[in-house]
Amino acid sequence: MSQFLYLYRMTDAARQENMGTPERAQQNMQRWIAWMNDLDKKGHLKDRGQPLERTGKVIRGQQKTVTDGPFTEAKDLVGGFTLVEARDIDQAVELSRGCPVLEGGGSVEVRPVMKMDM
Amino acid sequence: MELSEHLFRRESGRLVAALVRIFGVHNLALAEDVVQDAFCRALEVWRVRGIPDNPAAWLMSVAKHRALDIVRKEKTAQTFAGELSRVLESEWTLVPTIEEAFAGSTIRDEQLRMMFSCCDPRLPEEVQVALVLNILCGFGASEIANAFLTSRAAMEKRISRGKKSLASSRRLFDLADAEFGPRLSAVRRALYLLFNEGYHGASAQAAVRTDLCREAIRLTSLLLESPQTGVPETQALAALMHLQAAKLPARVDADGDLNPLVEQDRTRWDAQLVEQGLCLLDRSAAGSVISPYHVEAAIAAVHATARSVDETNWNEIVNLYDRLMAIAPSPIVALNRAIAVAQRDGPERGIDALRAISEPARLRGYPFYPAAFGELELRRGHPDAAREHFASALRLARNDAERRFLERRVRHCDELETPQPSVAYSLEDKRR
Repeated sequence: MSQFLYLYRMTDAARQENMGTPERAQQNMQRWIAWMNDLDKKGHLKDRGQPLERTGKVIRGQQKTVTDGPFTEAKDLVGGFTLVEARDIDQAVELSRGCPVLEGGGSVEVRPVMKMDM
Repeated sequence: MELSEHLFRRESGRLVAALVRIFGVHNLALAEDVVQDAFCRALEVWRVRGIPDNPAAWLMSVAKHRALDIVRKEKTAQTFAGELSRVLESEWTLVPTIEEAFAGSTIRDEQLRMMFSCCDPRLPEEVQVALVLNILCGFGASEIANAFLTSRAAMEKRISRGKKSLASSRRLFDLADAEFGPRLSAVRRALYLLFNEGYHGASAQAAVRTDLCREAIRLTSLLLESPQTGVPETQALAALMHLQAAKLPARVDADGDLNPLVEQDRTRWDAQLVEQGLCLLDRSAAGSVISPYHVEAAIAAVHATARSVDETNWNEIVNLYDRLMAIAPSPIVALNRAIAVAQRDGPERGIDALRAISEPARLRGYPFYPAAFGELELRRGHPDAAREHFASALRLARNDAERRFLERRVRHCDELETPQPSVAYSLEDKRR
């Protein structure tokens, strides 16, 4: 089994729309919990990850300039991440298809964790 | 840990009430932003760490902290609730004041005041009802639009118009205000309309209907909790809602198809709701005023306690409708009265009563007016005439449930090739 990182991205507008009413928030939450539980039950969930604040700082270049978030240049903010285990990238991609972030117009970036056994 | 049903919707109204207490009603939009922000945080945290043991308390704590933050940062630039301006200024009193705003009893009182503010008679009734659903019940514009068969855009306009008016007032309605009496009537009226939208309304989805009825009952129960608002007329309204809601499980099936009273399986009526309704009706029989709610509840009680259509005391029901016509006449009441007359005295008398309705023009768009003629023609053995009436009714159907129901009636007439009295519907003859 290999490990893959899922990065969830979504625009602020889409996020507002998805959570815009209590019922939509409820459905969204239910979908996430069901999806996570399903990954867990099938033994793919390595690490549920951590929630991320939508604001922060960016440090850039040799000057080490520090700018405040929100990161206006990024349309799709990373809202969180999860570490999963899968046979290969195809399976990791397949598993990500059920992710509720997609229903809301966001994206999942699937990145293989580099293997260190050379 | 499972997410309890409608958690966010339920908490939304409570949190907005507490936050409006702190920020003032002119900052309603800010209060709603804080609630939405709390929901977003919940999604991000709960999906990773699981649902907390007490999700409602979790949401409240997030909203509380955010409120504290906002007041600390902006108290010099912004005016928050005028009633609290002094205590919000000092750090000593700020924290306990915010704690107090989120206390159960404060939230209940603020929800009441919010309800009274939403039912401002200067706003059209449909705006009042939309505001109540949106702010106090946590329904989104598209859900309300779906229930009332209007477009989301039209509903958003309706809600924002109402909110603009709300936000222009200095504070929420004060229950000590001289206008309290008439405003309480307006509140009851809005809740009555909300309930009826669920019970008779346009939406074909059984779940939507049940939700609206349930919310109307919840808010009416909130009125009952305070002696000032829980007066006999309010008890009568609550009795009416309980007795009607008891029939919902038998009235609309899972596909949203309507079952008329005669076809309803009465064992599916909710006995507990009937019991509560009768108890409320009993309590409402105090004081000197007999309101239309009293009479409507009494009619519902006669139905709810009858074991079948045959064993229903139709004489009592006709008398109650007469009474209702005396205090709150309307063509719809007259129509229902005519149906009761038909049950008591036979279809010919019923048809006479239907023809005697004054202002029938007001029933022109109402499918159950021609449908009532259809039923009675059928009962007196005239399926051809009945079919025509049902066909007219079908052209007026306002949603799929009504359409399917009326199509069934048309088909039933077609099946009766030779003129003969319908078996299932000739119920009144025994009483002649």
